Amino acid sequence: MSNARTPFIVRFFSATGRTGWIAIALFALLTIVAVPVCHLMFQEGDALFISTFYVTLIGKIMCYAIVAVAMDLIWGYAGVLSLAQGLFFALGGYAFGMYLMRSIGLDGVYKSHLPDFMVFLDWKAYPWFWAFTDSFVYSIFLAIAAPGLLAFVFGFFVFRSRVKGVYFAIISQAMLYAFLLLFFMNNTGFGGNNGFTDFKRILGYDITSPEMRATLFALSSATLLFALLFGRYVVTSKYGRILTAIRDAEMRVMFLGYNPLWYKLFIWTVAAIICGIAGALYVPQVGIINPSEMATANSIEIAIWAAIGGRGTLVGPAIGAFVVNLSKSWFTVAFPEYWLYFLGLLFVLVTLLLPQGLVGLYQQLRARSTR
Amino acid sequence: MILNWLSKKPLGIINSMLCKLQFRFFSPTKILRTAILLPWLAAMFSMPVNAELIDGFPLDPELVHQLNGDGNKVKTNAIKQLTLLATPEAVQVLTALAEDRLMIAGDSGELLIRVEGDKAFDATTGKEVSPVPEDMDQVYPNNRVRVVLNTSMSILKLFNPDREIRLEAAKQIEDTGGADEVFLPIMDRVLAKESDSEIKEIITLVKAMIGVKSSDPAVRLSAVKDLGESDNPDIKLKLTEMTDPANEADSSVRAAAAESLASLEQKILIGETVTRVFTGLSLGSILLLAALGLAITYGVMGIINMAHGELLMIGAFATFVVHDFFRDNFAEYFDWYIVAAVPMAFISAAVVGVIMERTVIRWLYGRALETLLTTWGISLILIQTVRVMFGTFNQEIANPAWLSGSVEVMSNVNLPWNRLIIIGFAVAVLVLVWLLLNRTRLGLFVRAVTQNRTMAGCVGVPTARIDTVAFALGAAIAGLGGVALSQVSNVGPEMGQGYIVDCFMTVVLGGVGQLAGTVWASMGIGIVTKLVEGGLGAVFAKVIVLAIIILVIQKRPQGLFALKGRTAD
Repeated sequence: MSNARTPFIVRFFSATGRTGWIAIALFALLTIVAVPVCHLMFQEGDALFISTFYVTLIGKIMCYAIVAVAMDLIWGYAGVLSLAQGLFFALGGYAFGMYLMRSIGLDGVYKSHLPDFMVFLDWKAYPWFWAFTDSFVYSIFLAIAAPGLLAFVFGFFVFRSRVKGVYFAIISQAMLYAFLLLFFMNNTGFGGNNGFTDFKRILGYDITSPEMRATLFALSSATLLFALLFGRYVVTSKYGRILTAIRDAEMRVMFLGYNPLWYKLFIWTVAAIICGIAGALYVPQVGIINPSEMATANSIEIAIWAAIGGRGTLVGPAIGAFVVNLSKSWFTVAFPEYWLYFLGLLFVLVTLLLPQGLVGLYQQLRARSTR
Repeated sequence: MILNWLSKKPLGIINSMLCKLQFRFFSPTKILRTAILLPWLAAMFSMPVNAELIDGFPLDPELVHQLNGDGNKVKTNAIKQLTLLATPEAVQVLTALAEDRLMIAGDSGELLIRVEGDKAFDATTGKEVSPVPEDMDQVYPNNRVRVVLNTSMSILKLFNPDREIRLEAAKQIEDTGGADEVFLPIMDRVLAKESDSEIKEIITLVKAMIGVKSSDPAVRLSAVKDLGESDNPDIKLKLTEMTDPANEADSSVRAAAAESLASLEQKILIGETVTRVFTGLSLGSILLLAALGLAITYGVMGIINMAHGELLMIGAFATFVVHDFFRDNFAEYFDWYIVAAVPMAFISAAVVGVIMERTVIRWLYGRALETLLTTWGISLILIQTVRVMFGTFNQEIANPAWLSGSVEVMSNVNLPWNRLIIIGFAVAVLVLVWLLLNRTRLGLFVRAVTQNRTMAGCVGVPTARIDTVAFALGAAIAGLGGVALSQVSNVGPEMGQGYIVDCFMTVVLGGVGQLAGTVWASMGIGIVTKLVEGGLGAVFAKVIVLAIIILVIQKRPQGLFALKGRTAD
């Protein structure tokens, strides 16, 4: 292979084919240009106006889609089913939320430089882990570093002892559960049950202004596209091939002289970081972060996004995230009592009838029609 | 109850408010009701009369009249003096006072009358007064007086021939923190005549509790030494006070108090540890019941059943249905509904298990991770179905009478019956499962499939049928766990979700294929959780247990009790 000699940027851009690039360009045009323009330029009542509700909803779902892409990297390509992605997502959200809380300034209910929940607990100063979070750059760094570090340490111990399959799924879920309990406590320093909310501004700009919404929306979309491209690049590289080999026959890869620990650990940590970034983008758009993001059910749902879209396709899980979440927001309004039935059936039927997901179904149909 | 509470916290305002309330509620109808109740009350209280007591009527008239004297001090003093007499006559007067049967008659209130049934007796002389005077006013003890009166009544009960009454009275005096110093002589009298060692022990303690209030250092010293024998946490505070020079002038008493305190603290620590280990065992046996089925299904089929918690929930709801059925139809056998609930829960969970296996899970063999998602989906459907059928809220299940109450092992260690029974139940289920797996042909097949599915199939084991049976068995055991859970926690559609993580941790830690793994893991997790919980709180207990499990897995990736063998993947 000439991989080693081709410049990185060329390799990066050859990660996907021509159709792929066209699709990406269209999606970028739509979400980075068209939607923000429609949201900002048109008024309520115009045919092209896109309301705040839809901008927020789609922006939120794009953050979920980023998480689904990360899920596909570890589950679809490394065969590691993690039930803790919601934890990394929430950690990223909390890290950026700390910045948002501090930039409320003196506008809180108690007019204190401390967040309201700390005033409520009668704390006089920020705990040590809140240090420097008034810096925007540092909190972005924290949103990447905190999930990354946790994933690295946890992954190191777990992968080293070659825990895999359902065992790994269960242990990751237990970690998630432990953190859920930890963040539920008031004296952990993250607002307990209520979490962070009531944000006012980012970098001095009003967080609820249409401009800020459009910016966050475009940023989410850009991040999603970047995650997709980066994922494509990683899985088509030599590293990605070995990763897939580990997924399919770990023993054989070991006997060939590779140590699966570092391969798995890298993609696991990267996936956690991507989730963290998604969380950091998610929080300013929905305006709240609380421990319910770490609920075990949420993390399992992430797996079903990936399964519905089609594992090992990268774009599939992103589509899956859109399908599930759009139907969720429709169902919970139209037939709230049937949503759990629908979701449950989705879990059962997709795994039973659509093992390749929607992308697999599309490929099958296309193969049949060309035959 | 309120009185006891008030005696501990003499809050002036609340006290006076309650007094007013009581006066308002004091009405002619109440007198009438009391009069109707009187015959059996009289019968009940004629018992404390004890032949060995000295003196008789007449009582000191001045003392008796002080019961209606001016001010609480005079009244309480009179009560104390009468108590010290401890004669049957004094008991009669005090009982009458406590039961609102002591009346004042005569124009100037010169007569104190004890009413018994429709008869009246002169309180001082004991002679019957007939006819019963028309115009009587009750001698009304206010709350402050009542506190003293209650203690007095308890002390007088110590002379009752019935051991149970004496024991209860002794405990009550101990719980209220001893009594006034004037009662010290009466305690000596009780000790001299008491033959029961348990009561004697408590009275010695009570005497010591009274003794520490004494002004005589020698009395205090011996009292403090006696207190060291106690294991009652309430005494700790008192002893701590007595090690402080500000409260205790005599240095030898202080030294003895410190010594007693150390011995007391050690006893409390032992008591607490015993309690924690016990609650740990109880939590462990619940985990065992929940995880046993999971270990079997995981062992045989290699799939994790995320709906396992919901099978627990189905077991608990089966118990709830049986509970309601018994309450509505066989109220007289209500206490035994739980016995009927056991097979009901077993069967209903097994049926759900068979349906799950036949319709969904059997199509997913070899795709363990996807089964995890599918069973999660099933769990959502089960939760929603139960919500639709029974509502979203927690259901109320009454414990049978024989499951409530507790066994006192030490004075600060009470083991509740329901937890003890659950431990016994878990052991019974464990033994049955062990017998099934190790002494029957079916068990042999199940173990064969667990160890090597292909080989078992080759020698003629019907693996598909064994899968169904094993899954049904695992589900049924979860149903049994649900019966146990219904007795100690809330029964609601989401109850199973809280147990999923714990169950899985148990299976992961214990390894599959051997029951011993599940047993050790569940008991270990239960006891460690409860021990850590005592010091650091529930959340850190979970975190620490998780950390321990991850560390254990470093050493033993397949769990503590993995099957040894050559497996390739």
